[in-house]
Amino acid sequence: MGRIHLHGVSKSFGPVTVIPPLDLAIEDGEFVVFVGPSGCGKSTLLRLIAGLEDVTEGRIEIDGRDATRIPPARRGLAMVFQSYALYPHMSVRRNIAFPLRMAGLPRAEQDRRVEAAARVLNLTDYLDRRPGQLSGGQRQRVAIGRAIVREPAAFLFDEPLSNLDAALRVGMRLEIAELHNRLGTTMIYVTHDQVEAMTMADKIVVLNAGRIEQVGSPLDLYRRPRNLFVAGFIGSPRMNLLGGEEARRHGAATIGIRPEHVRITPEGGPWRGTIGVSEHLGSDTFLHVRCDGIPEPVTVRAGGEVGLHHGDTVFLTPDPAGLHRFDDNGQRIE
Amino acid sequence: MARAVPLPRKALTTALAWTIGVLMFFPILWIGILAFRTEVDAIRPPLQVLAAPWTTESFAAVQQRSNYLRHFTNSVVIALGSTAIALLVAIPAAWSMAFVPSRRTKNVLLWMLSTKMLPPVGVLIPIYLIFRDAGLLDTRTGLVIVLTLINLPIVVWMLYTYFREIPAEILEAARMDGATLRSELLFVLLPMAVPGIASTVLLNVILAWNEAFWTLNLSAARAAPLTAFIASYSSPEGLFYAKLSAASIMAIAPILLIGWVSQRQLVRGLTFGAVK
Repeated sequence: MGRIHLHGVSKSFGPVTVIPPLDLAIEDGEFVVFVGPSGCGKSTLLRLIAGLEDVTEGRIEIDGRDATRIPPARRGLAMVFQSYALYPHMSVRRNIAFPLRMAGLPRAEQDRRVEAAARVLNLTDYLDRRPGQLSGGQRQRVAIGRAIVREPAAFLFDEPLSNLDAALRVGMRLEIAELHNRLGTTMIYVTHDQVEAMTMADKIVVLNAGRIEQVGSPLDLYRRPRNLFVAGFIGSPRMNLLGGEEARRHGAATIGIRPEHVRITPEGGPWRGTIGVSEHLGSDTFLHVRCDGIPEPVTVRAGGEVGLHHGDTVFLTPDPAGLHRFDDNGQRIE
Repeated sequence: MARAVPLPRKALTTALAWTIGVLMFFPILWIGILAFRTEVDAIRPPLQVLAAPWTTESFAAVQQRSNYLRHFTNSVVIALGSTAIALLVAIPAAWSMAFVPSRRTKNVLLWMLSTKMLPPVGVLIPIYLIFRDAGLLDTRTGLVIVLTLINLPIVVWMLYTYFREIPAEILEAARMDGATLRSELLFVLLPMAVPGIASTVLLNVILAWNEAFWTLNLSAARAAPLTAFIASYSSPEGLFYAKLSAASIMAIAPILLIGWVSQRQLVRGLTFGAVK
């Protein structure tokens, strides 16, 4: 079981409030991603759940039990750190066995579980090496191994992939997602990378300045961002956010439209502009278009091969169904 | 790649380094020479001292007159004892300052270090009186206590700088893995800090071994360590250079040997943390 409920949890460091009171419910077996720009309090929130930081106010419940004052060791959670935090003086085997040794498990049982975890994570050949002799991806797997042998109620991941290179990151992302499918254990995953959030999460929690901006499934957030912050943060390339005259015509302070919801119409359209930079990714081409009467450049997603170049004049037609409207306070207008 | 250094410049810097090295080592060297001279030869002008014949009679005289082994044992007990107790106190202290710092940690550290700037003689009389009333004068226990306290700030400070090099995340990982505070210290922090602790121990043993002010003032016959052994050859009966030198050589030889054998560790310890 791994239900984690936060009730009015807040955190202050001296006079500075990093997390104003917030409520959050994480259900058993969910893969929840905390995402937000750096300094938004997502890691602090994770550390509050882990018990590595004391909550200033509020209550943390794990499986219905008040865990607010329970030390981290007894919360039944396992954590994977950004720096892996392996014990450099112990072999991989002893690293993975450490939580079992602390729990006082018999030696045979320790060995059995370590071997099993090593098989799952392809670490069998490395069990007698020291962490210093492993690559970044292998170290990451050892850290995960150390977490899974405990059979915790939930896994906490604190930006686990940010020290890996791009190719490895995609691979580890899949491995972690697969692990979640196989174990079915609650996972809380912190990242600043919205692509990681979109691809892995059952539920995304978007944080900004310690506040929860929106909670929902990846597609929820993508399709119906509740406010300007979420609209701008989720999606790559980001949503076009246009103010001024164009927005007023739609009865909003700001309108948002994703690049894929703007079509290039050669015969004519409501927006007329000149192509600036075009980014060719092979499968897609992103065009940055300066439109007459719109101060912000508009990003448009076109097909893989378009015969358009810098300086060409094009007409753009926004898809009315893909239009998001926001009021003066940046909140969504339905 | 190493830089190419022209030969004359290399020769010059080498000569300079040797000169400074010899100058610094000269007093020890001279004591070493005097120790192997007769009392009469030892007070001749330097060139004649050098030319005089070698003899070990001073060592024999010293050994005959005083009990070297007792002083040596006292030194060992005092140096190791005070270091062990200082470590027991300093490890938890340094742990808390390095990993759970408060707003006042820096001030506490500086305050501790500032006690080292106090001239010891300023507190000699109160401590002497306390020791007298507690029956600690001229006891090894008393000297262990006073040397522990004298060197504690340095031990805490050194361990603190070593502990600071250890990423806090590793200790947090241990905590998440179910380690109690004791296991965290014993199985994670201490094994990782072994090099730092070793050089702290080494330095502290040397400091305690050589400490003269408190050992001379608070001991008489029974608990007197090697510092008192050397001192006993100075003033009261006039200066006996050769015997004094022989006693000095006997007193510093063990620690010199330890320092020599472990110098790599010691240098690494003293510069540890200077560069990452």
